[in-house]
Amino acid sequence: MRALLLALLLALAAPAVALAPAYAPVRPGVALIFPMDHGAHSAFRTEWWYVTGLLKTADGKDLGFQVTFFRSRTAADPANPSRFNPDQILFAHAALSDPAIGHLLHGQRIARQGFGLAHASTTDTDLVIDDWRLKRGANGVFSARAAGADFRLDLDLAPQQNVLLQGDHGYSRKGPNPAQASQYYSLPHLAVSGSVVRGGKRVAVTGEAWLDREWFSSLLDPTAVGWDWVGLNLDDGGTLMAFMIRDKAGKPIWNGGAIRSASGALTTLGKDDVAWGRARTWRSPRTQAAYPVERVVSVRSGGQWRRWTLRPLFDDQELDSRAAGGPVYWEGAVRTEGGRGYLELTGYAGPLKL
Amino acid sequence: MVLGEWRAHPARVILAAAAIAIGVALGFAVYLVNRSALETFAKAIDTVSGTADLQVHSVTAAGFDEGLYPTLAQIPGVAAASPVVELNAHTAAGASLTVLGLDVLRAAAVTPGLVGQGAHSFDAQAAYLSQTAMTALSAKAGSPVTLTAAGHSAVFTVAGSLPGAGEDQAIVVIDIADAQWRFGLLGRLQRVDLKFGADTSTQAVQAAITRALPPDAQIVTQRQESHRSDALSRAYRVNLEMLAMVALMTGGFLVYSGQSLSVARRRPQFALLRVLGLSQRRLILQIVIEGAAVGLAGGIIGVAAGTGLATLALALFGGDLGGGYFQGARPHLAFAPGAGLVFLLLGLIAALAGALWPALQAARSRPAVALKNADLGIDPRRKPPLVAALVLLMIGGALAFAPPIGGLPLLGYGSMAAILAGGIALMPALARAILGPARRLAGDAPATRLAFDRLYGAPGQAAVALCGIVASVSLMAAMGIMVASFRGSVDDWLGQILPADLYMRLPDLEAGGFDPAAQDRLAHAPGVAAIEFRKVLKLRLAPDQPPAALNVVPIDPTAPQRALPLISAVSPLPAGETAVWASEPMARLYHLNPGQAVTVPLGGQPRRLYVRGIWRDYARQFGALAIGDTDYVHLTGDRFRSQVAVTLAPGADPLRTVAALRAVVPPDIVADMTFTESKSLRAMALKIFDRSFAVTYALEAIAIGIGLAGVAATFSAQTLARTREFGMLRHVGALKRQIVAMLALEGALLGAVGALAGLSLGAVLGQILIQVINPQSFNWSMDTRWPMGLLLSLFGVLVAASAGTAVLSGSRALSSSTIRAVREDW
Repeated sequence: MRALLLALLLALAAPAVALAPAYAPVRPGVALIFPMDHGAHSAFRTEWWYVTGLLKTADGKDLGFQVTFFRSRTAADPANPSRFNPDQILFAHAALSDPAIGHLLHGQRIARQGFGLAHASTTDTDLVIDDWRLKRGANGVFSARAAGADFRLDLDLAPQQNVLLQGDHGYSRKGPNPAQASQYYSLPHLAVSGSVVRGGKRVAVTGEAWLDREWFSSLLDPTAVGWDWVGLNLDDGGTLMAFMIRDKAGKPIWNGGAIRSASGALTTLGKDDVAWGRARTWRSPRTQAAYPVERVVSVRSGGQWRRWTLRPLFDDQELDSRAAGGPVYWEGAVRTEGGRGYLELTGYAGPLKL
Repeated sequence: MVLGEWRAHPARVILAAAAIAIGVALGFAVYLVNRSALETFAKAIDTVSGTADLQVHSVTAAGFDEGLYPTLAQIPGVAAASPVVELNAHTAAGASLTVLGLDVLRAAAVTPGLVGQGAHSFDAQAAYLSQTAMTALSAKAGSPVTLTAAGHSAVFTVAGSLPGAGEDQAIVVIDIADAQWRFGLLGRLQRVDLKFGADTSTQAVQAAITRALPPDAQIVTQRQESHRSDALSRAYRVNLEMLAMVALMTGGFLVYSGQSLSVARRRPQFALLRVLGLSQRRLILQIVIEGAAVGLAGGIIGVAAGTGLATLALALFGGDLGGGYFQGARPHLAFAPGAGLVFLLLGLIAALAGALWPALQAARSRPAVALKNADLGIDPRRKPPLVAALVLLMIGGALAFAPPIGGLPLLGYGSMAAILAGGIALMPALARAILGPARRLAGDAPATRLAFDRLYGAPGQAAVALCGIVASVSLMAAMGIMVASFRGSVDDWLGQILPADLYMRLPDLEAGGFDPAAQDRLAHAPGVAAIEFRKVLKLRLAPDQPPAALNVVPIDPTAPQRALPLISAVSPLPAGETAVWASEPMARLYHLNPGQAVTVPLGGQPRRLYVRGIWRDYARQFGALAIGDTDYVHLTGDRFRSQVAVTLAPGADPLRTVAALRAVVPPDIVADMTFTESKSLRAMALKIFDRSFAVTYALEAIAIGIGLAGVAATFSAQTLARTREFGMLRHVGALKRQIVAMLALEGALLGAVGALAGLSLGAVLGQILIQVINPQSFNWSMDTRWPMGLLLSLFGVLVAASAGTAVLSGSRALSSSTIRAVREDW
């Protein structure tokens, strides 16, 4: 589960009058059909394509990257026949984690759908916002293109494993109310090849990435202030995803996750199967927010608790998108025993408003 | 010595300084007002266009196809493109506003100043108002506002403010999709604002954009936009500035006559000083310094007064001084210390120039003669000089035929100045030429003989008294003739273009309007004898010119003069061509002649139109084309019309007919419709005309007032200086009554000569205004009319005022003891 900068989108989408369109609700028991479900679900309020991964440059340096496309359906009157109707807003965000730089490089694009300048296909993954792109080719390989002021990503992401349906066959609960849920699937262990441009220099990269796909119309419990999420590609071909929705006191409102072995055996983690421990916090010098960047996550599968200690590629992977109307959060590349992945920490600099 | 002189004759010094002060004040005030208005206007353009590197603007307000937006956005080198719907809107209360429909997500990257502050949403009703718009609508966050534009009304809710939009612009920003939908502009855009990448070649990108543009769109850069606004009022501003300079010039002449007199009277004093060893150079310096002191005092007072005047004028009339050029923006005073200094210097120079001539004369006179003879040094046998006057007149004549410089008739003004100066220099000779024959006819009464002989013998003295008044009268007459001709021509023209009884129109409308069904219903409304449907579109034909207009009118190709006030021969239409008729400003601005072709974007395509004739148009200074209704429909398919001319059936009641017409109009536009009777339309047009000349009249009246005051001052000075002469006359037996009669006649004669000279000079200058200045500034011509009433009353006022002041000052001089006056001499 991932979702940042949503505050901006949802604020944009917030209806000022009681004319809210009927957003489609997320229900259990809906079978996902591919490649259709790789495409956009425009009846739902929010949707994302969230790619995170670790890269190795040709000269052996480690990098983390994130490319995310969001789609948001607004309260705009669907009866307006204008081609500028802001019914669907697309937003994309990319960040590069380079330990040599010590903080995130990031860039973003936002546009209302239309005129071919911003588009989200409903039949397969094919997203465009100006010069940014995320597209699933006929061979199943995703290509991602994104650029910020001082970096550029041009990556191919080839699936090596089957789709992982999160929750109950893709119905993933996020809170005590059954309506607080999303449609959720992941594509872990994507083989990455391509190039990264930094400081005007292009370097070839290879690596491994993770695609999260999620769409929903209502998500968080009113008492929630944020969440912790981790997705790990394990060296043995296994996969771990775990999340916790926190309340103000830092206590879990809801837990969830999944663990899949290299052979494909899937264990879905329930509310009581995930535990997050604190190991080391890092305080942001900019926002004074304290993030538990190095920590232990424990999950119970087959009656056994297993633990992973997550260590960040470097500490300062905080992202401040307040200038663009978004939240402040921490989203970083992490390493662990026998695996690598991404950790996301929201609501630490102030409650996340969705 | 200077102070002594001033203390003895404070009125004269004060008058000269006041004349300079008024000239400087008027000039500086006009300058300040213009500058403030232009600054406001330039800022307004900045505000409305944000900080875009380049704008693509539609040629007409109907906009271009929105498909151009993605094309432009994808041109390499274009970093961001922001589509804009731009509309002129108004509220029910009549406030006018600029409505911008924006995609806030795009505008944020290109024109962040236009992004509203407050809760953001894509709610169809959200509107963001600039501070001026908030005030104009007395709105605050949350209040509803109803906007009417393009013939549609829609209600919005104030969602926030536009802090980046500056203070002077009434702007409302709404969502672009709502703007298109609710104002009936689906598929159309008026503007795309573009931002270039940091490392791109502007020229290359601009070239690529130019290639992509359809004929109904064009590139507008910031510079062109501000040039356009400058062009809007430039000629008007320059004309006002020139009028202010006239006032200053009159002031200069007053300094001249004042100094001349005081120098003449002090001839013995100066002679004494010379004898005591003062050098010629020191004497000149002395007199010039006196003039400079007057000029400096006048200049300082003038700059201060000008600032006050400008503040007042801005508050009362707005930035265009009633000219009607800047709408919506209310400027704040922009103080300009540099320019203030320049105007102060101008005042000083006028005063110095006025003082230099008398100074040179005083220095030239021989001290021995001057010391003995306290007279004013006049030799009646000498012929007044002619050469300088004739040379000046010839230069003036030649300049009148020169072309404009940079679109302004600068040489035309030069011509007027030269002719004015030449005419004044000609005054002494002219006075003799007129008085010579008159003297013989005048008869033998002693008072008459004395009056005539005095003026005949000393025409130079008369000229000194008169130069100020001749200058102001001639300019007043010239202006009066020009305005009368203009007004008469406008009145005739209004009669020609408003032949129907009733006019109705939908405001701010280019798209939409009355469709053929509505037109049919209107035509069959009771009381309607004949009906015509028209439409006016804006055409941006050149990026740095204000938009021209395209009038769609029913024109009978065999009798075009019935629809248009033609002023040229009609060129026959070659086969296969479409006819168009150019207005006079259009023909001058775009160099069009009957028989030429012009390419105009119509219906999204360049169309070749054939100019058949030129028509007179005072309504659109920046040009208009008239096209026949059937030709327009043929080219565009657009059958919507927004203006209707109705001829009433005999005996039909206008009010009832209006009600009948209202009843058949679609309800959503009925509230927007305005009905005007031809009569009141005409009266309104003339009222606007008079208002825009009100400032001109005021400046003129002030110049005349200064001139008359100058005459009074000069007369009283001259009369006082002649006390001994009067004493002598009494001694030889002249009655007091006779002397008064002589003075009255002298004054009247002087006034008559001055008025005659001023009026004939004015007639010449008026022709220059009509034939040179106006066509070159405003691109329109007019037929000369003679405002006889004004000219005769000017003549009468001048003669009466001269005679009156002569008598008044004469009685004062006569009241002093005759004996003493004579004794002084021998």
